[in-house]
Amino acid sequence: MTVLAEREDVERSDPGRRPAVARSDRLGVYLLLLPSLAPILVLSVFPLVRGMYLGFTDARAGRNVDVHFTGLANYRELLADDLFWNSFKVGLLWAFGVTALQFLLALGLALLLNEQLRFRGVARVLSLVPWAMPPVVVGILWKLVYHPDAGLLNEIFHRVGADGLRANWLGDFSTALPAVIIVGVWAGMPQTTVVLLAGLQGVPTELHEAAAMDGAGSWHRFRQVTLPALAPVIVTITSLDFIWNFNSFGLVYVLTAGGPGGKTMLPMLFAYEEAFRYGNYGYAAALGNAMVVIVVALLALYLRRRLREA
Amino acid sequence: MTMVGERRRAGRVLRYLALAGYVIFLGFPLVWLLSTAFKPPRELVRLHPTLIPIHPTTENFVQAFTEQDLGRAALNSLQVSLASAVLTVLVATPAAYALTRFRSKLGTLALGWVLLSQLFPFVLLIIPIFLVLREVGLANTHAGLVLIYVVWSLPFALWMLQGFVRNIPLELEQAAAVDGAGRLQILRRVVFPLLAPGLVATALFAFISAWNEFFFALVLIKTPDLATLPVALARFVGIEGTARLGPLAAGSLLATLPSLAFFALMQRRLASGSLAGAVKG
Repeated sequence: MTVLAEREDVERSDPGRRPAVARSDRLGVYLLLLPSLAPILVLSVFPLVRGMYLGFTDARAGRNVDVHFTGLANYRELLADDLFWNSFKVGLLWAFGVTALQFLLALGLALLLNEQLRFRGVARVLSLVPWAMPPVVVGILWKLVYHPDAGLLNEIFHRVGADGLRANWLGDFSTALPAVIIVGVWAGMPQTTVVLLAGLQGVPTELHEAAAMDGAGSWHRFRQVTLPALAPVIVTITSLDFIWNFNSFGLVYVLTAGGPGGKTMLPMLFAYEEAFRYGNYGYAAALGNAMVVIVVALLALYLRRRLREA
Repeated sequence: MTMVGERRRAGRVLRYLALAGYVIFLGFPLVWLLSTAFKPPRELVRLHPTLIPIHPTTENFVQAFTEQDLGRAALNSLQVSLASAVLTVLVATPAAYALTRFRSKLGTLALGWVLLSQLFPFVLLIIPIFLVLREVGLANTHAGLVLIYVVWSLPFALWMLQGFVRNIPLELEQAAAVDGAGRLQILRRVVFPLLAPGLVATALFAFISAWNEFFFALVLIKTPDLATLPVALARFVGIEGTARLGPLAAGSLLATLPSLAFFALMQRRLASGSLAGAVKG
């Protein structure tokens, strides 16, 4: 039933103010678009609207449950929920930590790859591999690296005679979050590097040459020429990275499933548990809504500051 | 030697050191996965594991695919990913063509949605999608999963294909029309042959997205026999003992091969940034 309703919307939403396309052609265009737009409406737009609405109800799992509109009750409950505040804090630490480290490391690598260095090709290919891996496999891979007994990291510390540094990286309260942040950086760095590298290659070489003529050192040239030219790319990719990181799920689910003791309980993991372990659909959706509001607010702040600087 | 020359040389050394640091950080975990996949159980439980297996074995691969049902999961993944790839291309191609050749507000709206939808956490989508699919009896089926994957890769597929369509000179189509070719004939004889690389790229993209996807598969598929490879691997993690790490690593390695092949094919385009954003992290 909803399918039909949505379809009518497709046809109505364009009043056809384009005289350039003949009427018969316009019908043809709609026929070409329909197979794409109908599924997007039914399985993306409509669920999203309904999902946002669920955040204002007491929806629960089960087939014959009455759903009531409860207004802001879910949000009052969220504000009083210590577990929510914990996951919110973990989520911010994770998203800021991963995004910032990702950016700095990716910028360094992109600058190196942009120069005439030997073995550049090796680094370039290697930097793409993490991108090609399914998130679940990245999680497993790093579980092997962090493994307390059979892991690479502890073995390295043993070999260099620093046995005191050996730890149960993912199981210990103090190391779990930093450990998963490193994995997040590793997994997301390639994409950021590629984008920044493309941006660097767009910086006009004449500018560099002119600055070099004026006697500017490489650090100076980087600050005065490269960075300003790269600014739009930087703003875009860090914003996207932040959104992706804040909403990420699979990686940490495999690594720690939110443990130990909720130390790595990202908001998405918390919402997943609420929805599919405890069946609190309404509450989980409310959490999703809260996340959207938070991300949008943070992005607005960030973009406004950037725009003012520019 | 002059001061400047010395400083320049020091800078170069520093750069190579930094590059080496990156190679180690990015590469070592991969080497470890490879090494673990080829280690026999006895070496896996050793107190101090070696980087290179002393007695390398392929036993882990055999074990992963027989005992852990990863074989079935791989087949499931292959099925779902192939279906998603084919459907995505079938559905996206006409739309991409229409959006490029006939500008319409709908097109702008559709593309705006691509960007906007990035913002929303999956949890808002998954509950209603789950409810809709259950309503029509498609929850816990591969068909339901394929539908989601198609919708999920459509926005990017549309965006990507539009680029390819734009590269086909409109004059070619006009020339064919002057020669008396009908619209369908133009599409079949002129547009499709030129679009072939774009279709392949789009299909590969959709295939990889489906192959790697974890969250929807985890929530929507409840029957273990229907699980896709990422879900099966994630379950496998739960039951690990140190000796089981070998088969786990072997399975993970094989799960990476399709996307590695894709990236090898696309390496040049990816490196030049023209496909940046193609595969979301």
